Amino acid sequence: MASADTAPGIAARGTRAVSTYCLLAWTWIRAAAQYPVSITLLALGTALTAGLDVAGIMVLFSRTPRIAGFSAAEVLFLYGTSALAFSVSDILLGTTERLGEHVREGTLDALLVRPVSPLIQIATEDFTPRRFGRIVPPVLVLALAIPRLGVAWTPGRVAMVPLMLASGTVIFGGVWVLCAAVQFVLLNSHGATKALTYGGATLTQYPMTVFARDFVRGVTFVVPLAFVNWEPALYVLGRPDPLNLPGWTRFASPVVGAVVCAVAAVAWRGGLRHYRSTGN
Amino acid sequence: MGVIPWVSWYALRRYSAYPLGSMAEAVTNTFFGVMRASVLLALWHARPGLGGYDAADAVTFSFLTQALIGPVQIFGGMELGQRIRTGDVAIDLHRPVDLQAWWLADDIGRATSTLLLRGVPPMLVGGLLFTLHWPGPGAAAAFAVSVVLAVLLSFALRYLVTLAMFWLHDERGIQAVALVLSLFLSGMIVPLVAFPGGIGDVARALPWSGLVQVPADVYLGHRTGGGLAAALGFQAAWAAGLLAAGRVLTRAAERRLEAQGG
Repeated sequence: MASADTAPGIAARGTRAVSTYCLLAWTWIRAAAQYPVSITLLALGTALTAGLDVAGIMVLFSRTPRIAGFSAAEVLFLYGTSALAFSVSDILLGTTERLGEHVREGTLDALLVRPVSPLIQIATEDFTPRRFGRIVPPVLVLALAIPRLGVAWTPGRVAMVPLMLASGTVIFGGVWVLCAAVQFVLLNSHGATKALTYGGATLTQYPMTVFARDFVRGVTFVVPLAFVNWEPALYVLGRPDPLNLPGWTRFASPVVGAVVCAVAAVAWRGGLRHYRSTGN
Repeated sequence: MGVIPWVSWYALRRYSAYPLGSMAEAVTNTFFGVMRASVLLALWHARPGLGGYDAADAVTFSFLTQALIGPVQIFGGMELGQRIRTGDVAIDLHRPVDLQAWWLADDIGRATSTLLLRGVPPMLVGGLLFTLHWPGPGAAAAFAVSVVLAVLLSFALRYLVTLAMFWLHDERGIQAVALVLSLFLSGMIVPLVAFPGGIGDVARALPWSGLVQVPADVYLGHRTGGGLAAALGFQAAWAAGLLAAGRVLTRAAERRLEAQGG
């Protein structure tokens, strides 16, 4: 279809994908809403579990005023930006981690014969309002921590906060799809790719000064998790970069997000082409 | 006895059937071990000797907890829950074997398999990357006993939560609460020795501390002589009490269950 490559064609396809996603998500929400009490309890439980990371950070700071040179407000800012970006990406794309299960059980074949992208179908599967509980702790923490940062707020720094949240979400979104695509080839890899998704979410909650230099290089250049919030946060907090990277890297997160998504898209398409049904 | 050891043996074989999947989980456990160790090193750098641990103890604790995640199944849940929801439990109750003993045997097989497949890699990698505390023969033997008790205790807790299914019909709400308790009060997120004052004392008296914190203390040699006996006694007492509670609840559940034929 030649017309699909023109700009209006791509825009139309994008709009259709978003509206399909919303329609399927809404269908799953209506199904889950049949059990209102269960959903409310589960949303509460999800929020509490997500809040445990904050409790952990608070225990650390009950013992010392600074960790690796960072104050409680600064670490909570890192936690909030990381956890909010991760939760939103998890709500939108988290269920893609079930791809290996679908391949093993042969249910992916059923998704492939439907006239909707299999990625959208897997991403919206079991979409439930309870997952929104995960957003509550980081939003509360950001609301409390940002006024206590003691930063001279310039227009640039103010603008950077929503920008880093958006690009962090995009980077994590790309990582979810990339990890799912790996499962086309390595069926058992789900256990290990959790290190990138959930591990990445935990990693970015702390200042990188906590970790060994080579480890930080790895999560900057190999899997660019440092661009989720660390590099832009250095700009917001007015801190020097321990890796001495050039100044523009503080603003590179949106570009890194685009690159990660491009890689994920190629990997996903490659994986789908590689897929041969398990048969029966 | 008779069939019970076979239940454990088959569970062990079943859970070892996909070693690659378990090794993949071990990769994530190891990654988390490195992260937690780094965070705790930063804390112990600021507060050397906090809670009677030195820096090597804190690092060892991080990898030890990751090694224990699988065996004590800190994230909760057991297969029996599904069987109660689907009604398959009626078949389990029909067997001439005690329900609790059957699933305990199954869980011991599962724990043994995960201890070997998911417990060893984090400790080995941790030993390569950091300076770990390795126990002497005495502490190692005590640690082995403590891990067995931790597995029993973990089963006792999860069995109680699972049996709640008979009354609630949906275990996910209570599972969510159980998860919060076991993650935070076991020492999994932050070691209980780092908890401030009163909260720490309360957490150490609750059964969840027997899942991670007590075995870690025993491994690190912080419990010796009378202290060691008290630590193992603490685990054993909670395990025995909760298993007994599970027995009582099993009787009540048997009377409550109404299997639908068809």
